[in-house]
Amino acid sequence: MFKKILKPFARLFEFQARTHYRMERHSMALTFGIIIAASIGGIVEIAPLFTIDDTVETDPDMRVYTPLEQAGRDIYIREGCYACHSQMIRTLRDEVERYGPYSLAVESQYDHPMLWGSKRTGPDLARLGDKYSDDWQVRHLVNPRDLVPESVMPQYAFLLEKPLRTDDLSDRLGALRAVGVPYTDEMILNAADDAAGQALPDGDKADGVFERYGDATAIRYFDGRRDRVTEMDALVAYLQILGKLTDLPAQMQPIAEE
Amino acid sequence: MMSNLTGAERTRAMMITGLGALIGLVMAIVGRNDPMGAHGWIILLFFAVLFFVLGNALYDPEPTEDRGASYYDDPTKVGIILALVWAVVGMSMGVWVASQLAWPDLRFDAAWSSFGRLRPVHTSGVIFGFGGNALIATSYHIMQRTSRARMPDQISPWFVLLGFNLFCIIAASGYIMGITQSKEYAEPEWYADIWLVIVWVVYFILYIRTLARRNEPHIYVANWYYLSFILVVAILHIVNNLAMPASLTGAKSYSLFSGVQDAMTQWWYGHNAVAFFLTTGFLGMLYYFLPKRAERPIYSYRLSILSFWGIVFFYIWVGSHHLMYTALPHWVQTLGMTFSIMLLVPSWASAGNALMTLNGAWHKVRDDATLRFMMVAAVFYGLSTFEGSFMAIRPVNGLSHYTDWTVGHVHSGAMGWVAMITFGSIYALVPVLWRRETMYSWKAVEWHFWLALTGTVIYVFAMWNSGIIQGLMWRTYNEAGTLRYSFVDSLVAMHPYYIARAFGGLLFLTGACICLWNVVMTIRRVPHVAPSLDYPTSSEAMEPAVPVAE
Repeated sequence: MFKKILKPFARLFEFQARTHYRMERHSMALTFGIIIAASIGGIVEIAPLFTIDDTVETDPDMRVYTPLEQAGRDIYIREGCYACHSQMIRTLRDEVERYGPYSLAVESQYDHPMLWGSKRTGPDLARLGDKYSDDWQVRHLVNPRDLVPESVMPQYAFLLEKPLRTDDLSDRLGALRAVGVPYTDEMILNAADDAAGQALPDGDKADGVFERYGDATAIRYFDGRRDRVTEMDALVAYLQILGKLTDLPAQMQPIAEE
Repeated sequence: MMSNLTGAERTRAMMITGLGALIGLVMAIVGRNDPMGAHGWIILLFFAVLFFVLGNALYDPEPTEDRGASYYDDPTKVGIILALVWAVVGMSMGVWVASQLAWPDLRFDAAWSSFGRLRPVHTSGVIFGFGGNALIATSYHIMQRTSRARMPDQISPWFVLLGFNLFCIIAASGYIMGITQSKEYAEPEWYADIWLVIVWVVYFILYIRTLARRNEPHIYVANWYYLSFILVVAILHIVNNLAMPASLTGAKSYSLFSGVQDAMTQWWYGHNAVAFFLTTGFLGMLYYFLPKRAERPIYSYRLSILSFWGIVFFYIWVGSHHLMYTALPHWVQTLGMTFSIMLLVPSWASAGNALMTLNGAWHKVRDDATLRFMMVAAVFYGLSTFEGSFMAIRPVNGLSHYTDWTVGHVHSGAMGWVAMITFGSIYALVPVLWRRETMYSWKAVEWHFWLALTGTVIYVFAMWNSGIIQGLMWRTYNEAGTLRYSFVDSLVAMHPYYIARAFGGLLFLTGACICLWNVVMTIRRVPHVAPSLDYPTSSEAMEPAVPVAE
């Protein structure tokens, strides 16, 4: 019986070996064979993700990053924070209890690229927003070991001194719109002002931020300095919005407590 | 080196480097307000140096002998040296970043020296710098020998080799300046990606043209693997790096994909970078150098076929096992797991094929450290692919993913398989290439072997321990039904293992330094010998270019 089961496989293998014997005499036949064999898996797995509607949940309340938060996200990427911190709470009991409701696809809908990570040297950051005060975040970034003596995180004190570059923010928002983030013309045009307005609430630019990004937008002196906008402002603004773009996970998973 | 180029070729090469320098200048000017400008200067400098080297030799005498009567080995020689230099650079970075995890203040408070910026320098340095150069150099050697044909022209091999190194330099310097698109193993930004596509297309054309000139009816096994490496890496690279630059005068770009789709594309790329850069390319090395060194034919031609098509077809499915329990749709996760497990069959077919080839040559393995490198590489290949399939099983993956276990797994593949087979191949290749009797010091090869093996074992065991402890601590509950350990508790538990891992890496690095020294000494000190039949011959000649299969 065993032989009977194996027979078709043996035939198939025989056929494949003979085909290959002929193929390996022609470099282009081999080339096309490799391309075809190596394309099938990718097409089957990736193509449907773009066409099936339930790949990503729909959430009309999903909000986009403000220019300041996006600038902070770009700094997060620049410093390689993703190498040690994931932004993906998995559907495992201990992760939900430690970090909060598990991550939904919609939460990273506007993330180009995603920052799900692959290694946790530090904890997951997907629900970091509003967990600590701005002051905690700033002091932690300036020297992590001041607040967590056992931490092995690098210190980022220089962010506090470095003024945020805003002249290219319109370009950045424009490029993001080109890849599918729904920024309006007005948002793109005022990106630099909005970034300054969000980090300097007493200035005259703050009103525009509320107007364009909603009244719930956090407008604060994120780094505590009132004279200028630094990279620290941007990074802290980004960290404080993590997990706050939509409250769909909390609605769907009400059991997970804080 | 220059004496092998005709005047016309030197002029053409000068035009290419001149154009490159011009592009560098333009980038330096338009990108002056952006980190991209610094890259412009680096590109300008790189091409200007080559331009002047070529210009200096422009009026040297033309090559006299018939070039078609020999193989073209100059680019291979340079590639081997570059591979070893990158090995030392990349592994030093590895030891440094590993030490930063044990002693975080080792960054000296500079912006460029944090773990996040240096880690990609380490990964790209060893994967692309060391691995890539070794692959390009050995592919030049192997495709000529197994085809019994010289490469079709003199410039494109240099273009591929040096162009690829320029890519590596842009990548490494970019990470230090903070230029990264954060996709693992694909961090360089859009202009570097475009440059790599150009280099890679030239590489493919060069490979196909050499095969077209072959004096053998069949394409040898190693070439199938190298061909799949070139082709599939191109596909992966192009799709995964599709991005929209924020502006043409700045480095920043945004991926075309977002969220779930981006994650799937990234790991489709990421895991197949393992498959087609770090596996099939190096299997090409294994299938040529191991039988050659053991002086035995490959154990089974059919097993080679089974393994080859199995790897090419199965690997592409398995990337989604990186995304178990995430927001990726469940059916894709399941497919990834299924194919990861099936992948064990073709992987072990190759590992078994390699080890069975050594049957009847075990006394050589005992006496010859070079062959021992290759044997250990095949063993680690078998172990890592087993571990890989095992780790893709859903519950195991839940524990291994995000922990040091994955890091350990990656390094048992990188150090045990990729680096070991490369070192073995280099020791086999260097005397042939430079026409020397032997390596300068066989004792140094022995030292290197034992350092590399000890280093790998210490590293891998440290990471297994730390990864599994970490994963278990995260999910341990106390009697009250709440989590037992805080995250910081698990971090503290890692400390001794991080020290052990830095130590293991240091041993491995020491071995690589010894290798570089030994190669340089071989070139300088060991006397020349006449090669026995190392030139292109017609298919009627009696000596087969490679050990006959089946």
